[in-house]
Amino acid sequence: MVTPTSTTTPETAAPALELRGVSKAFGRVVALRDAQLELHAGSIHALVGENGAGKSTLVKIIAGLYPRDSGTLTLDGRPVEFRSTADAKKAGIAVIYQEPTLFPDLSVTENIFMGRQPVGRFGRVDRATMRSEALALFARLGVRIDPDRPTEGLSIADQQIIEIAKAISLDARVLIMDEPTAALSGVEVERLFDVARGLRDEGRALMFISHRFEEVFALCDTVTVMRDGSYVSTDPIATTTVADIVRKMVGREVGDLFPKQEAQIGAPVLEVNGLSQPGVFADITFSVRSGEIVALAGLVGAGRSEVARAVFGVDPYRTGEVRVGGRPLPKNSPAAAMRAGLALVPEDRRKQGLILDATVASNITDAIRGRLSRGGLISTTQENDTARDWAQRLEVKTAALDTLAGTLSGGNQQKVVLAKWLATEPTVLIIDEPTRGIDVGTKSEVHRMMSQLAGAGLAILMISSELPEVLGMSDRILVMHEGRITADLPRDGATAEKVMFAATHGQAEAGQHHGSESVA
Amino acid sequence: MSTASTAVTSVAHGTATTRTSLLRRLLLSREAGIALAFLLVVGVTTARNPLFLFSPDGFRDLLLTPSILVVVAVGQAVVIITRNVDLSVGSIVGLTAYLTGTLFTTTALPIPVVMLAGVVFGALLGAVNGALVALGRVPAMVITLGTLYAFRGINVAWTGSSRINASDLPPAFLGMGTHQLWGLPVLTLIALVVLGSVGWYLANTRPGREFYAIGSAPDAAGLYGLPARRRVFTAFVLSGALSGLGGVLYAARYGTVSSQAGFGFELQAIGAAVIGGVAIVGGVGTVLGAAIGAFLLLTISRALPVLGIPDLWQQALVGALIIGAIVLDRVLAQRQTRRLSEGRADA
Repeated sequence: MVTPTSTTTPETAAPALELRGVSKAFGRVVALRDAQLELHAGSIHALVGENGAGKSTLVKIIAGLYPRDSGTLTLDGRPVEFRSTADAKKAGIAVIYQEPTLFPDLSVTENIFMGRQPVGRFGRVDRATMRSEALALFARLGVRIDPDRPTEGLSIADQQIIEIAKAISLDARVLIMDEPTAALSGVEVERLFDVARGLRDEGRALMFISHRFEEVFALCDTVTVMRDGSYVSTDPIATTTVADIVRKMVGREVGDLFPKQEAQIGAPVLEVNGLSQPGVFADITFSVRSGEIVALAGLVGAGRSEVARAVFGVDPYRTGEVRVGGRPLPKNSPAAAMRAGLALVPEDRRKQGLILDATVASNITDAIRGRLSRGGLISTTQENDTARDWAQRLEVKTAALDTLAGTLSGGNQQKVVLAKWLATEPTVLIIDEPTRGIDVGTKSEVHRMMSQLAGAGLAILMISSELPEVLGMSDRILVMHEGRITADLPRDGATAEKVMFAATHGQAEAGQHHGSESVA
Repeated sequence: MSTASTAVTSVAHGTATTRTSLLRRLLLSREAGIALAFLLVVGVTTARNPLFLFSPDGFRDLLLTPSILVVVAVGQAVVIITRNVDLSVGSIVGLTAYLTGTLFTTTALPIPVVMLAGVVFGALLGAVNGALVALGRVPAMVITLGTLYAFRGINVAWTGSSRINASDLPPAFLGMGTHQLWGLPVLTLIALVVLGSVGWYLANTRPGREFYAIGSAPDAAGLYGLPARRRVFTAFVLSGALSGLGGVLYAARYGTVSSQAGFGFELQAIGAAVIGGVAIVGGVGTVLGAAIGAFLLLTISRALPVLGIPDLWQQALVGALIIGAIVLDRVLAQRQTRRLSEGRADA
């Protein structure tokens, strides 16, 4: 269907896709600053960077989902403007997201051709042609998928193949794959790579986003590194090393931005032994002592939040044990976890941590209703007294206690959630992404409070994707990679590079790297 | 690699396998099941009282009674397939029925023009719903709950305590409600034409397939660049137009139109669609299923007195039928999901 283009040398031809000086801000948050990217026909280009480096924003700009604030976007040397995903698609750009977006109730064939089915007389969709084209596409990709079955129940890998088939049938010249391998098994990854190489040899331009460096090195020929929304570098894979890339990804000085106060470290309060849940996390063992802040670092999707939720009893686990203060905690019971002195401040405070339509006071006292009530009734005076006390201690900036929580700023909302859980007088605080989406000033206030709480003997488990926060705040750093703990680093021995390595590699590779680093 | 084993069979055996599986699928389909239930009800009731079927009136009523509901339920099914719902159809039926009668009493317009006016008027009311849902991005449940009351309110204000009587209407128009053609009631023939054309449109055209896609995964529809808002608007206009036609047929069939005409029709139409296998969350089902659902729903209501079941129990039974249909849907869907993922694990 598509004739392979003559093998032009990428260096001389105009890039298939080029971005220059692209910036994008959401309100006051700058997501992309002067970003650039060049994709060439017949090449597979890797885009790497930490969480929040701006990769996804860049992809969404290319896909036509976000408008850019400034900069140029050119296709084969011609400037283009995308107002919608349909525009980008028409221009020959296909994006394959980590979670494919298909129609579960419709057949595989319909999913490939939806919106542009071949039609015959009276606008009748030509099912036979459509089906044989689908079969031809799968044959070309070297895969076998029943074209008549619904896409519901297909593996993520097969769903991605369908997305790729769709892209080819659209004759997309630029194919962008956003972490396509995150949910795939080894065999499936190999199949995807074979398909990708085939497409490259046909003269298409591919971009591949991945956190797995071994895959980047196996598949790609060029790599662009991004950091904090900015372009860092573009190098041929042949002349770069994993160590180079990691250094460029991390690349900032981690000073004592977030000083944790010295605290008396006591006995273990939270002990987790061999916690496993098939397909989610495996063999998780760690402990947190009183006065200690332990960071759980890793990439998004490594299973950190899932571990926290399992420990707290919200999510199930198959095997293993959780002890608080030496006593085993029953499974699947957040109520028992709260009684034992556990508190969980969830990642998404707007969805899980707060009742946005309720007042600040009732949000703060939400978790201690039982203690405040008398004969099933809650005295407003007592509720307000308790809430006022906590709001003052955490310096919540609110006009009044009966202000609705939804109207507060992100940072103050986080303080309300924190107050709510501290009001339960916990011995262990699990806090998931404590400063996500919070302005810098409030951020350091939250850090100071966490530090004080640890100083007062609280055991804190902090999940964070921000390396500076992890390195600055914690006494000990646990790093997770694909559901397993791959490193346990003391404060003194932890560097951004080590954390990043453990987060992107298995333990073995991380070990290898330390070897090569000492050589270098 | 996964699904390979399941795929290999159908690919290797080619069209033969596809054809048998098509026949099997037809027999196992939701429509076949619901049609079987309908035949069962008719059979049991006829065994009890042969006149239920084997009398000129019996056979006619069997086909005639559900015909108007079929027309309205077809429109409702299209809306539900797009993951919306139209609660205002009963009020549209009532308002259009009254408009039809009024046009006959106050003007000398020929019958086809009056009928067309009713359909267009219904379409306009549907366009109000569609515009509010598609542009206002307010859930259809809320919008059409509002228009259910608003349209009915207009109807009551307009009608007052007066009403249209059969004697006000041209005999040729009333004849449409009772006459037969080729042994079938005219209303049933009209319902079949509506069912056939909308069914064909949904199954075979791009816009038709897009209704399913939008209902199946609205987010994906956005990423595919499908004109979701336009399609949803169209679905409501279609539902309004068919309710308008329902109103015209209502006037022809009953002759008497008060301000309460079509009251409660929306729930019967939704019930018919759900019983007929149209998933309330969208993306699944056929208008044929909804039509058979309409037949089953109204035939049961007529059969119960014949079977000696008191009136009081009829509504409860209809409720049980709807809940039963939804439970059946869940069970079938779970079995399907399991089968589909097992096909994967085998590979």
